[in-house]
Amino acid sequence: MRRRGYYLLLAGLATLYAVDSCKFATSAASEPSIPDTVSYNFDIRPILSDKCFACHGPDANKREAGLRLDIADSAYKALKEHPGAHALVPGKPEFSEAFLRITSKDTSMLMPPPSSNLKLTTTEISLIEKWIKQGAKYEKHWSFIPPKKPSLPKIEDEEWPKNQIDYFILAKQEKRGLSPNPESDKERLLKRVSLDLTGLPPTIEMMDRFMADKSANAYEKIVDQLLQSPAYGEKMALHWLDIARYADSHGYQDDSYRSQWPWRDWVIHAFNKNFSYKDFLTMQLAGDLIPNATKEQILATGFNRNHKITEEGGVVDEEYRIEYVTDRTNTFAKGILGITMECAHCHDHKYDPFSQKEHYQMSAFFNNVKEVGLESVVGGPETYAKKPLMAITDKDIKDVLSFINKPDTSRLIVSVMGDNDTLRKTHILNRGSYDAPGEEVEAGTPKSILAFDKKYPKNRLGLAEWLFDKRNPLTSRVFVNQMWQEIFGKGIVKTSGDFGMQGELPSHPELLDWLAVDFMEHGWNIKRLMKQFVTSATYRQSTAVPAEKLKADPDNILLARAPRARLQAEFVRDLVLSTSGLLVRTVGGPSVKPYQPPGLWELASSGRGILKTYRQDHGTDLYRRGIYTFIKRTVPPPIMGIFDASNRDQCEVKRLNTNTPLQALAMLNDPTVNEASRVLAARLAVEKTSVKDKLTKAFRLIICRKPKENELALLNNYYTEQLKTFKSQPARAEKLLAIGEFPIPDNLNKVNTAAMMQVLTAIYNLEEAITKS
Amino acid sequence: MDKEIIEHGLTFNRRRFLSRLSLGLGSIALGSLLVPDLFSASAEENDLPTGIPHFAPKAKRVIYLFQNGAPSQLELFDYKPLLRQMMGQELPASIRSGQRLTGMTANQASFPLVGSFTNFEQYGQSRAWISDLLPYTSKVVDDLCIVKSMYTEAINHDPALTFFQTGAQQGNRPSMGSWLSYGLGSENKNLPSFTVLLSKGKGNSQGVYSKLWSNGFLDSIHQGVQFSSGEDPVLYLNDPEGMNRFERRKMLDKISALNQLSYDEFGDPEINTKIQQYEMAYRMQTAVPDIMDLSKESDDIIKMYGSDCMVPGTFAANCLLARKLSENGVRFVQLYHQGWDQHSNLPNALTGQAKDVDQASAALVTDLKQRGLLDETLVIWGGEFGRTNYSQGKLTATNYGRDHHPRCFTIWMAGGGIKPGIVYGDTDDFGYNITKDPVHVHDFHATVLNQLGLDHEKLTYKHLGRRYRLTDVAGKVIKGIIT
Repeated sequence: MRRRGYYLLLAGLATLYAVDSCKFATSAASEPSIPDTVSYNFDIRPILSDKCFACHGPDANKREAGLRLDIADSAYKALKEHPGAHALVPGKPEFSEAFLRITSKDTSMLMPPPSSNLKLTTTEISLIEKWIKQGAKYEKHWSFIPPKKPSLPKIEDEEWPKNQIDYFILAKQEKRGLSPNPESDKERLLKRVSLDLTGLPPTIEMMDRFMADKSANAYEKIVDQLLQSPAYGEKMALHWLDIARYADSHGYQDDSYRSQWPWRDWVIHAFNKNFSYKDFLTMQLAGDLIPNATKEQILATGFNRNHKITEEGGVVDEEYRIEYVTDRTNTFAKGILGITMECAHCHDHKYDPFSQKEHYQMSAFFNNVKEVGLESVVGGPETYAKKPLMAITDKDIKDVLSFINKPDTSRLIVSVMGDNDTLRKTHILNRGSYDAPGEEVEAGTPKSILAFDKKYPKNRLGLAEWLFDKRNPLTSRVFVNQMWQEIFGKGIVKTSGDFGMQGELPSHPELLDWLAVDFMEHGWNIKRLMKQFVTSATYRQSTAVPAEKLKADPDNILLARAPRARLQAEFVRDLVLSTSGLLVRTVGGPSVKPYQPPGLWELASSGRGILKTYRQDHGTDLYRRGIYTFIKRTVPPPIMGIFDASNRDQCEVKRLNTNTPLQALAMLNDPTVNEASRVLAARLAVEKTSVKDKLTKAFRLIICRKPKENELALLNNYYTEQLKTFKSQPARAEKLLAIGEFPIPDNLNKVNTAAMMQVLTAIYNLEEAITKS
Repeated sequence: MDKEIIEHGLTFNRRRFLSRLSLGLGSIALGSLLVPDLFSASAEENDLPTGIPHFAPKAKRVIYLFQNGAPSQLELFDYKPLLRQMMGQELPASIRSGQRLTGMTANQASFPLVGSFTNFEQYGQSRAWISDLLPYTSKVVDDLCIVKSMYTEAINHDPALTFFQTGAQQGNRPSMGSWLSYGLGSENKNLPSFTVLLSKGKGNSQGVYSKLWSNGFLDSIHQGVQFSSGEDPVLYLNDPEGMNRFERRKMLDKISALNQLSYDEFGDPEINTKIQQYEMAYRMQTAVPDIMDLSKESDDIIKMYGSDCMVPGTFAANCLLARKLSENGVRFVQLYHQGWDQHSNLPNALTGQAKDVDQASAALVTDLKQRGLLDETLVIWGGEFGRTNYSQGKLTATNYGRDHHPRCFTIWMAGGGIKPGIVYGDTDDFGYNITKDPVHVHDFHATVLNQLGLDHEKLTYKHLGRRYRLTDVAGKVIKGIIT
């Protein structure tokens, strides 16, 4: 029966997509062919960057034969070693030494040399040939040219778009002979948007209301409501905490406690208040330098102090101080500018036009902090933050920092930024080594991106102004792309941390630029951006994966279907807790320690500090959202790691999304899931409804839609079976019902409740439960 | 020409699609424990692991007995009678020659040389000097290749340990075991290809960090899976109380049936993968406890490893477990034994640490040899750096300590195509500088990969625009120690 259904479905799809697939056949055939006009940025540079620049690129120290292929002048001029020849002769591949060498049959002449393990494909060679024929024209790297707002592309199906995003998406699909999926059913759409904007599934009340609302703007109303929820800030904060490598311990070997959580509370607050990206970032980078800085502005600068700080006795102080400066520089480069500046730590960048000097010029902004490499070894509360630090008093919280959720009256300190009065000199460090200072440098930015304007102060405040200079080509693109990634599963530039030459090219360059400019034009308004995303027709498509589309576009680059994706680690937890009614909705506060398998901290600990043993919390602290789970860097919460959460060791802009048996084991056996099933079973037990009603309600809570008849039948059979089993084995029921600390009424029928609990655990383990579908 | 390109493109696309598919099915069939996210794989085509070595491998598997905290080479393997003769005298500046010091001894007024408190003798055909603290190791000396000329760059635990395990002192790079899993895949469909076992001695301890067995930027299928000899050998492996195998099977059948309905509706291959993963989880629940069960080991084996091997969580138990995991096809078994950081009270603490590991380390080599597995299993024993030839803190007649020393230290390797019964490299009479055949950490990595049939310059993964290697941009295979 099941099988037949499957074939029927396929047959239906085949008919449905017959027309499309014809179109696709032609377009697929032409896809890898050589375009009429070969583009340096989109066709040639990726080849040169990947296969040639390591020896013939920006790194002066590794350059072979004095030849540079990343700059036109250098590539056109006479070769140093053969003055009669030229690497590139525009219009004439047959006279271009570079072309002759990549096509040479003589392996001693062939480029790239076989010893490099690199090879050009025939298509790549043909592209290069045509490019030379067409004049071998160079262009500045696309992401270093400031974005301009393109006009909307022409499309055939003008009915489909709901906003501008859709024009760009549809135009590409039409060109490839694809058309969008139909709009998703309302139930699934609601689940998806609720998870995307708040990280929580919709309540049954929301589902009923949305299903009953037939008005034209029903969906928009729901979106607005979600954007107003305090859970929105928690959802948005998670990605930012990955970028900011936020954690509750100092890292490195002893890895003892730090009290940085008020900074995390501020991030949630900032998203909920919808600070513009400009304010949000300026405060974090330079809040302390703003004239008459408020305590809130100073707290925001905790961003740059979230890096690991050593407490290992015996380290060389300067080695670690430099490490912190480097970490801040790399975080700024990767998380905010989308460039891989760490490559220029030891030498000139091999692919991108950043010199080693420019790396140190950028690091100079972060090199003036009043800090040391090793302030103290593991100790008492005075070590929970490192200087410069800010004390937060109860009065502060009452007056100006009301968003901080401080549960007690103990002293609270947070590591923040603060500069020396006299500027600490910055040197180029030879080979990146702290004890090999070279030439002295001043604060500056890579000129290939945008030279640092003299009108800006040479400090972090000036750096923030530089970021939001209209001519800065990266800031808006990089952020918009990250947000796109969080909603659509992957960025328009897939390598969201690398917009340089080795990064992937944007799948929809015009869309990216349109969004980036639009975002700037509308005051860097983040909620507005999120609303644009989720109200687009692109977003609202169904996630069905028709076989034809899977074949045509396996990676779903063209978005002719909405992406299906597993929830991120923290939101898996949130879903389990909220659907069972266990979730405690308190926002902010010190991180909590829920259930964790025993022995993990103890076995890996040096035995020093208050984190040597895991002291699990009890009561309401067991049921907080995943974002509040305590992160000890060296032993991060295992269940989060199993679901690909960041270990917060370094700035991370993109999580993996894997599908593993350890995830299956965790969903089946983690006490959190089993306890949720138990508590929900108990809640359903006291309701005076039929078994089928209870199952339907549970399914709606967890899967967020009404079960189909065959699904309900399966669940009902399972329940009946379990009921029978537990009647004959009541002792097992007792044991199962003992999982977790949350109390349920004593007078429940244990056999019935245990049977229901098993069915609920099965529902939690459905693929769809923890998937945006 | 155009036609050729079109055809090339078509085949390429077809191959790309099929190879992605077959990678998925293949890894189930061939036995990678966890299947990568096929249709959103972050790796590009030529970065995908082939599961095929670059050339004929000498070794198939590795067991790495990491001695965390840095055991003193001067009391274990590197015999320096001169240090006893010069006891209490100042380390000559010509020997120290600019070596940077840790913050713990940088301010020490003097650097009094200190000889080993324990005696050495020569053993085996190689006549290698071995300390009295290692009576069992001394008996298998002809199976070992003792490398006395290891050196590293870091002088503190965290960066040194991270360097040994990931090839970089800082940063979230993949661990050595992850690289091997990536390069070679798994040999057993029910077990992860990279497993980790922890134990702790009584000596001064330095923590370990899960970052050390992290997959870094590689797919998380290559992450080290921590096994413990406790009740739950793999996290979340055990069914909750009140659940049994029969009922678990029934539940999985329901889940699978419902997921199949979902697949019929959506056609998303990820749903199928999920169904497979639940099946694999179920198989793991049987396979892992089987391996953890040491009750079927013969009395001879238990005697050989020492009675400690029946006490869960000891180094001896982990060695025995390591053999079983390795025997069952786990590519890389990483042990960490903590407690080797003897800044003070060295004689007493080191004696205890050596006793913890000596018998079981030697037993592991003998056990593998008896089973005919030593040829294809590379066993490695060693810490993250060495210790100074001068005393840290007060030197008395019976007590002293030693600080960190990166310039020379000793490790040993056995099996897996490494020359048995040799001592490689040498140090000066002060035990401070290498005088012959230095082996850098990158060289060590290059050599280990080489034994497994992998060219360390070819085993790369492109991440953020750069092709990363375990050996970063350096490393050469140490030809002198391979057969």
